[in-house]
Order: sequence, then C-alpha cells, then structure tokens
Amino acid sequence: MKTVIVDYKAGNVQSVLFALERLGVQATVSANAEEIQSADKVIFPGVGEASSAMRALKAHHLDQLLPTLTQPFLGVCLGMQLLCQHSEEGDTDMLGIIPVQVKRFEVAMKVPHMGWNNLHHLKGDLFTGIKDDEYAYFVHSFYAPVTEYTIAQSSYPEPFSAALQYKNFYAVQFHTEKSGAPGAQILQNFLNL
Amino acid sequence: MLTKRIIPCLDIKNGRTVKGVRFEDIRDAGDPVELAALYAKQGADELVFLDITATNEKRKTLRDLVREVARHIDIPFTVGGGISAVEDVEVLLQNGADKVSVNSSALHRPELITELASRFGSQCVTVAIDTKNTSEGWKVFSKAGTVDTGLFALDWAKEVVERGAGEILLTSMSNDGTKGGFALDITGEISRNVIVPVIASGGAGNQQHFLDVFAAGADAALAASIFHFQEVPLPELKQFLAQNNIDIRI
Repeated sequence: MKTVIVDYKAGNVQSVLFALERLGVQATVSANAEEIQSADKVIFPGVGEASSAMRALKAHHLDQLLPTLTQPFLGVCLGMQLLCQHSEEGDTDMLGIIPVQVKRFEVAMKVPHMGWNNLHHLKGDLFTGIKDDEYAYFVHSFYAPVTEYTIAQSSYPEPFSAALQYKNFYAVQFHTEKSGAPGAQILQNFLNL
Repeated sequence: MLTKRIIPCLDIKNGRTVKGVRFEDIRDAGDPVELAALYAKQGADELVFLDITATNEKRKTLRDLVREVARHIDIPFTVGGGISAVEDVEVLLQNGADKVSVNSSALHRPELITELASRFGSQCVTVAIDTKNTSEGWKVFSKAGTVDTGLFALDWAKEVVERGAGEILLTSMSNDGTKGGFALDITGEISRNVIVPVIASGGAGNQQHFLDVFAAGADAALAASIFHFQEVPLPELKQFLAQNNIDIRI
C-alpha cells in the first residue's frame, strides 16, 4: 500500500510521518501530482493560518489536483478546514470540497480551543473501536459547525465538527498523531479503509 | 468538555534532562525521551522541554532531541529556551515540536511574537512570563529572575496576546521551588483578563495545590521536580482532581 503525505510546506509533516512509522507504515512526502494520484491513501496535514496555507497550495497547483482525487483522503486539523468552502480566518476561499463554512470561535471562551476534549456521535469506519466520550487533542481557533457531513462531534461549549466526511474525503479537526492510543487507532482505521 | 491539562516540565542541557530525576522503572534517568515516554504513559496531557544548554552546538542537539521525542511520543510537546528567530522555530516545528515557548527574546523584541504567530499560527506560540511579587505588585523579570523589566505581569500578558501569543506560561519566581502552592492571585487575574489559555507554573508541592490553581482559573498546570521525584505521582494526581470535579482526562 502506498501512503502519500501532501507536502505544501505548511503542514506538521514530521509528526504525521512518525505516527505512521509507529504503525509500521513508511509514507512518502510529496507535492507531485502523479505521486499523489497514484497513492492508495492520501494524508493532508496542516497547521498555521488559512490564507497562507491556501497560497502555498496554489503555488504547488494542489488546489486543482486535490478535489479530483478519488482514493481515501484524510485532512488533519487545518487540513480539515482547507477542504471546506470558506473560512472566516483571513476571509479565505478554501478548496471547496466539503460544502461547509469555517467560523471563528465566539470570544466568550478561551481561544485557541487547546487541549484534550471528548469525541461524541461517532459515525462510520474511521471510528471503529473508539468509544463515545474518548479524548482527542485539539488546537484550533476556527471550527466547522455540525452539518450533515459531520461524523464526530465535540463541544466548546456548543457542539462543533470534530470530524467530517464527504465521499472519499475524511477530515479530523483534532491531531490524530498527538492523541495517544485513540489517535493511533483512528489513523490505523483510515489506513484500513 | 475541554479538560484541564497537567504538564510535566523537563529541563534539558546538552540533550539530557537535568535537575535530577528519580524513577526506578526507567533505565536512564537522564534520557529525556525515556522520561517523556513514561510521563505520556502515566497520563501527562502535554510536555514542556526547556533547553538550558549554552554551547554553539545547541541548535543541532536540540533539533535531534525534538526529533527523537516526536518519533516516540504521541502527545503534544512544547520546546523553549534560546529561541530568538523565525528560523529557530521553523527547525523545531519541522522536526515534530507542536509549540515553542519564547521568553527573553520576546521581551527584547516583542515583534517576534507577531512574526511567529503570522508565520506559524498563534496556536504554536507560547509566551513564557517570569513574574515576582514586589512591593509594587507582580512585575515581569528577565535573566532567570534577576532583572526587573519594569513591566507589570498583567500588562505584559495582555500585550503578548494582542501581539499573537496563543498561550501564556506564567511562572511565579516568588513561588518556584517553595512547594507552597502556585501563585493563585496573579494566575487568576491574568487568566480572567486574557482570551488565551494560561499555564500556571512554580510552587506545586501537593495535589491540593493543583486543585487550588484550577479553581483560581488556570487552564493547565506545570511542574517538574515533584513529578521527577514521584512526590506527586501523575496518575494519583489526576484521580484526585477528577474526584474533586475538575474536568480531567483519565
């Protein structure tokens, strides 16, 4: 099986590589279209700011390529938000793969939402073996609201999307690679898809 | 519910942990990776590595350490010490660090906070503030607590957040090492007045101290020696906090 991590110089690629290594998987890091297209699984990490990440994607022509992919695809953290339609962060048009609007957390709570929070309303194969209420590690200031594409929820204090799915595109707001054993299980579940 | 975080801190010199560690169940008490793995297993929510090395080889040693930690540890970690430029942070994040902590370099040149936040996002920029209770109030100190910067801790905390800090690591030099408890008043005051999470540091001596500082408003609490010497074992601390209705990950 060929696993490719999308490289656009805006992701925490190394942490994801190590998480895969702990699962016994050697992944390739690439921005090359053919390399990505030929992968069995594509992982799309991200940290940082939305508009600069979109600029980096465009610079690598990945904004055209990624929406055309048909194999199981996993966006992580900013990599999830980039799959959405639009983000309030920098008023940025995102990749538009999942028709969801990314919003900023209301200021009544501390922002960023940083730390371990529970996962609820888990749906589908990505969460096989994960119990309702399990903890995952989040660090983000913007969120995707709960919609028909939500496959896991968390609350801060209102429910938001901890994970999304649209066709072959899976996405998690939390950091699978930093969420201990449950995070490793979710990553393994993705590889098993 | 978002849980309160318990954060063991490892002081690093030349790639090794210092200040003493006493665990029977690890082979090499000076190996930060082994110690970090043990803490992760025991339920630490995050780790902080503070590099106090003072050699020219510093950056390379720290980079290699960060890489080894990231290879073996599946919880988030912050790296601090001697970071003064965007390039320093780039290297650490590329090798697997989740956040960096800046202290004296931010005091020296506050624009650094904004540069880091706009390049990497606020979520990976922790500003460490060392404060002492003086006759004028809680002031910010630099150079390991020797120099009064003239700034008040609350004012500086507000400023670093305005400049883009995503988290504050607040160490009370007045409490540090006393084991008499955290500085509840200044921790609570800053926590109420900034929008970002506040990590309380300095003074932890027993389980009750953690309960007190969370009640005062801290989002996370950091300690070193009481964990290293197993005076307050992590699993028991977390059980105690959960039993006392603190939202905590067990």
